[in-house]
Amino acid sequence: MTALAASEIPATGVGRSIGGGLVDLLGSVGLIGSGFGGVGGVDGFSVFGTGPEMAALFVGFGLVVGILFGFFGMGGSFLVTPALLLFGYQPSVAVGSGMAFVFGTAVIATLKHHDLGQVDYKLGGLMIVGTTIGIEVGRMTVFYLQDIGLAGGVINVIYVLLLGGIGAMVTRDALSDDGDADEEADGDADESSGAGGHGHGGSDEDADLSNHTPPAIAKRIQETVRIPPMVTLRGDVRVSVWVITAVAFATGLLSGLLGVGGGFIRMPAMIYAIGAPVPVAVGTDLFEIVFSGGIGSYLYGQSGGVDLGIVVPLLFGSALGARIGSAATAVVDSEGITVYFGGMLLAGSVAVAIGELGGLLGIALLETVGLVLVLGAAVAVAGAIVVTTLRTLRTESRPTSVAE
Amino acid sequence: MAGLTVPSWDPVAARLIGTVLLEAIVLYVGYAGLERLVGPAILNALVGGDGVGSE
Repeated sequence: MTALAASEIPATGVGRSIGGGLVDLLGSVGLIGSGFGGVGGVDGFSVFGTGPEMAALFVGFGLVVGILFGFFGMGGSFLVTPALLLFGYQPSVAVGSGMAFVFGTAVIATLKHHDLGQVDYKLGGLMIVGTTIGIEVGRMTVFYLQDIGLAGGVINVIYVLLLGGIGAMVTRDALSDDGDADEEADGDADESSGAGGHGHGGSDEDADLSNHTPPAIAKRIQETVRIPPMVTLRGDVRVSVWVITAVAFATGLLSGLLGVGGGFIRMPAMIYAIGAPVPVAVGTDLFEIVFSGGIGSYLYGQSGGVDLGIVVPLLFGSALGARIGSAATAVVDSEGITVYFGGMLLAGSVAVAIGELGGLLGIALLETVGLVLVLGAAVAVAGAIVVTTLRTLRTESRPTSVAE
Repeated sequence: MAGLTVPSWDPVAARLIGTVLLEAIVLYVGYAGLERLVGPAILNALVGGDGVGSE
């Protein structure tokens, strides 16, 4: 499903969203209203029409998604939309609310990455332009494929191949001892020593990216394609604007074709094709999602596809999660980041394949199994991030204590 | 994600997105303040020792 088709959402999809969200929005004073007998169907406290149990569930789920989003720079719509569909929300509301949630989370995570000096605004600006054009071409391709009756099959096959391919490549690279990006760990370790940001909300520290060594593929591209104008990015990466534009267009094309935010495509593309340091790729990707997610959710909001009863509690949990995830990128070494990232993509690939198989065979259970698999993987990976971060901090605090 | 679609002005949609943006900023500032207040204590409890981030 593509966000670009927001204006085509049937009016029947509007009721649930507006009913729960706007009534409370207009009637309440604060962000979180307290209504009685809201759409949630539970007397007492409600959040924009969502009952306390569902609100609590959304807060917990938001926490998990926030950790992943802050850590990887992706994983919002990828996880939230299928979960909302499982809860029985209409597709338009699931996609629209998922996108509004991604927008809110991206704002929070970008602010945090900005504090850590991990957002390259030059790269982000160039990426926004190329991606926007790519998305539009992708969207037109979807409509063409739809006309000839091949959209569903082609999109799902591309999805599985892409997720599986990137996941396998990233995991293999991260697990390899000879990984080209190994030295980034030094830079990240240096950052972690300044993890006052971790403990104090991250204020002035600037990411130390001086030791950054791009992956071999990126190095080759930088040495081969030297068409002016050339730009210097954070981490002292010097690359042709045309390379950035081509990467942005290609990732935008896939994003428009698959109807997803595209963080899982853009993030590795920025690392492996442009040569951006991992923390900068994550921060810059989030910066881009603020724009694309904002416009996308506005379009869905016009069609009544944004339910604040879903978005507000999700964001409440994810805001905390995004702080934890973003701060963790400055503590856990980049090799660790890419292993988790690859594992998530592989789990997503398997989940989509199982779901597609279930659809083909008409077995609804398989589709549920696929969804449970990806949600389970998300919870497991978020837990692993927290545990690894705490373990790293414990290890780092020991020598300091001894030295003092 | 949005492509080249030019959105028309819609106050209801703008209010919805504005609410999400406002909540995001309030939460960012609020959690940052909370982190400053209780963060070092929580980190000390979780990490132990002299505590990272208690500089």
